[in-house]
Amino acid sequence: MTVVWSFLHKLGSPRWFYRISSQWLPWLSFLAVGLLAWGCTWGLAYAPPDAVQGNSFRIIYIHVPAAFVSLAGYYAMAGAGVVSLVWRIKLADVALRAGAGVGAAMTFCALVTGSIWGKPTWGTWWVWDARITSMLVLLFLYLGVMALYEAFESRETAARACAVLSLVGTVNIPIIYKSVDWWYSLHQPATIRLTGAPTMHPDMFHPLVVTILGFYLLYLVLLLLRMRAEVLEREQKSRWVEDLALGRGLAAEPGG
Amino acid sequence: MHPVRRQRLMIVAFIVVGASAAAALIFRALSENMNFFYPPAQIAAGEAPEGRTIRIGGLVVPGSLKRAESGLDLEFRVTDNKADLQVDFRGILPDLFAEGKGVVAVGELLPNGRFKADQVLAKHDENYMPPEVHEALKKGADPGVALGGGARNDR
Repeated sequence: MTVVWSFLHKLGSPRWFYRISSQWLPWLSFLAVGLLAWGCTWGLAYAPPDAVQGNSFRIIYIHVPAAFVSLAGYYAMAGAGVVSLVWRIKLADVALRAGAGVGAAMTFCALVTGSIWGKPTWGTWWVWDARITSMLVLLFLYLGVMALYEAFESRETAARACAVLSLVGTVNIPIIYKSVDWWYSLHQPATIRLTGAPTMHPDMFHPLVVTILGFYLLYLVLLLLRMRAEVLEREQKSRWVEDLALGRGLAAEPGG
Repeated sequence: MHPVRRQRLMIVAFIVVGASAAAALIFRALSENMNFFYPPAQIAAGEAPEGRTIRIGGLVVPGSLKRAESGLDLEFRVTDNKADLQVDFRGILPDLFAEGKGVVAVGELLPNGRFKADQVLAKHDENYMPPEVHEALKKGADPGVALGGGARNDR
């Protein structure tokens, strides 16, 4: 437990975060690109076509991972909001803001690929069914957090307000997830379920698992990159950023 | 935990619980209106408005698709295994439209009980399988059942 607490405590230090994320990023990026390249090649070129939809189903290898990450990313953002509200850790504010941007991009990706998929399968680009509408609300929540942050002069006030908005928005996540079961929708029910086997042939499912993992890592990489940029901006007056900018490198923290 | 932080954590919990309760009440009030389409059973029960644009959905009854000798006029029956609805449509059906599969139609209910569709959308299910497996299953059992899902027409 003490190890966890000291880790969390250190994570609160922007300088420590910057240093440790420099070490993690190359590995995470390598894994993310590797998994995505592997999963996409497998899914797009080697997985069998679907009996009903033919080759158009292959967009699932982007659509489903993007949708997964956009939902999980919202919980991550709201989690950062809780830490920011309760413990007032600056790095949580940074994560909250960075998470909104990356999450909005993932949600947008899921909506666009879904629309492209909808045209050949359903016969329409867009419908206002429960799943698609609640997903659009998610995009607006992310955009709302981004806009709200910009609306305040003080970073602290902005972070408080954004944390509250992101907490209120968590209500939408189970609604998105269960929308296809609670109401009649055009969108089909979930293929990958918490209980029971996926309703997908293993030859098609395995590449999907790889791209989902790849998307989670990609999310992490993008989040860290955005957080690092923001940490540098916030700490621009501090000595270690000056050292970094002047090419003196990042020395280990005194005592840390 | 520090009392101030505990109090803040309580506020956080209050926000989440409060927002969830509000959402639950709203969706309870809206429950029927959140549905994307009416199933044939609700139309048979007279719950759908006549002469207004609505959506209906269900499974296409196998063998019910009839095309006009010339032109794009066609008709088919939609079922939810409780009631049937006759649908008239003029136009091109989506590629995935098939008898026995899910469909959603936009249009209006006529006084004679038929549904005049302006747009027909295919509703595909959550099962994905290679063509060979599909063929093998078709010889044996219904593929939806075999993969443990089915087209959820039981709601």
